[in-house]
Amino acid sequence: MEKKDDNISAMCRPAVGEAGKTGDWRDMRPVIDESKCIPAVKKRAACFLCWLYCPEGVIRATIPVEIDLDYCKGCGICAEECPAKAITMVPEGDKA
Amino acid sequence: MSNVQIMTGNTAAAFGAKLCRVQVVSAYPITPQTSLTENLSQAVEGGELKAEFIRVESEHSALTVCISASSVGARVFTSTSSHGLLYMHEQLHWAAGSRLPIVLCCVNRGVGAPWSIFNDQQDAVSQRDTGWIQIYCRDNQEIIDTVIQAYRIAEALYVPVMVCYDGFVLSHTMMPVDVPDAAAVDDFLPPYKPHTILSPEDPRNINPVIFPWRRPDAEGVLRDGYMELRYKLQDTLEEAGKTIVSVGEAFAGIFGRNHGGMLWTYRMEDAEIVLCSMGSLATEATTAADMLRDRGIAAGVAGIRVFRPFPRKEVREVFRRARAIVVFEKDISYGYEGALCSDLKAAFYRSDVAAPIHNVIAGLGGRDVKARELAEATVAALDIIEAGQADEKRQTWLNCHTGN
Repeated sequence: MEKKDDNISAMCRPAVGEAGKTGDWRDMRPVIDESKCIPAVKKRAACFLCWLYCPEGVIRATIPVEIDLDYCKGCGICAEECPAKAITMVPEGDKA
Repeated sequence: MSNVQIMTGNTAAAFGAKLCRVQVVSAYPITPQTSLTENLSQAVEGGELKAEFIRVESEHSALTVCISASSVGARVFTSTSSHGLLYMHEQLHWAAGSRLPIVLCCVNRGVGAPWSIFNDQQDAVSQRDTGWIQIYCRDNQEIIDTVIQAYRIAEALYVPVMVCYDGFVLSHTMMPVDVPDAAAVDDFLPPYKPHTILSPEDPRNINPVIFPWRRPDAEGVLRDGYMELRYKLQDTLEEAGKTIVSVGEAFAGIFGRNHGGMLWTYRMEDAEIVLCSMGSLATEATTAADMLRDRGIAAGVAGIRVFRPFPRKEVREVFRRARAIVVFEKDISYGYEGALCSDLKAAFYRSDVAAPIHNVIAGLGGRDVKARELAEATVAALDIIEAGQADEKRQTWLNCHTGN
């Protein structure tokens, strides 16, 4: 059963996804080539400029680097900033 | 025990705010509101009122401070006039949309261009559609009593209330005012319980972007879209009349004065000709009605106290026996007619009230309006109505050299 919204003004708890699945706004998807990505190649924590620059905070500084596509809006800043040119923006709907 | 003092309307409003123990005051001085703000500033400075007086650089900021303070649970007060109110326009919408029980005194003044510091009601009437309750007072006693009632209404409904009264005519005119007992006001007005939650342990996002559609939030609760929240405000305003009337009655039970709930009437029992207005102009109309009665015209007055929510049901009842209606007002909706006149006509649509209506625009920019002139304007309006020209004839502009 659906829970009723008793608020009389717009109010919510800060949480991942409180603004909805903003990833469905995206029309270009970032795809990482792990043969070029510096932390993946060096197998240690390094670079992570994509994580630093992502304005949505949806990139995790892990090995390999992960992008949460539920909330990535496809702005392409990560691809622009990547010094190894490891990230390509691919039109949504196309196969990577 | 009565405590009657002689005071101006602005002093009465300040007394009202102090008796409500407001915790935050933020206001920017503007004629004719200034002495109200000065009074509260002095009361805070002197320690008489335990509140924060927050000085700001503009009315937009004054209301923004009130919105923030009200969100964290403070009882807040502000006041302004004319251009100050218009400068608040955006924040008026934010206050109502956030459902914050702010009380604002609008000391009614005309709007430029050209510059005028004098009284009419164009300022408040032009903010009619911002989601605020609007109450128009007719004398200084009603001002102090209405400020106190306004907090109880606002905090019961979570809707901001604008207490409007005429600049200079009331704001700077001294009258006897019975100041309510502070302990009795404390009993009448329970502490404000905010609906907004602000706590570092349990944080909230307040007023995030709302999409057109409804959607589940991260916790799975289906959240209102923009239209659902707008509807909740409209529904509350539509039902607010009951609260306004019951708060007025509860106030009368303690303090012995009832200013009429949504509207008040004067000599209406057998009235055939009804004069209708808001604020001090309506008070003046009662004297005009007496003069008309002396001339054998069965005149009465209906004073609209609450303009929003509009007293649709009440005016249909009160005007039922009217044979002719003359609406006097200190505002104009350019290109059409006075806003009160339009709203009354809309309320009468497909009701028992079918009397012809003539609109008289009076006292803009402080032009003096005498009771005798209202009586004469009523007689002239009756001539227009009897000639069958009520529908095609434009409003009358009282004492205005229009060339017509």
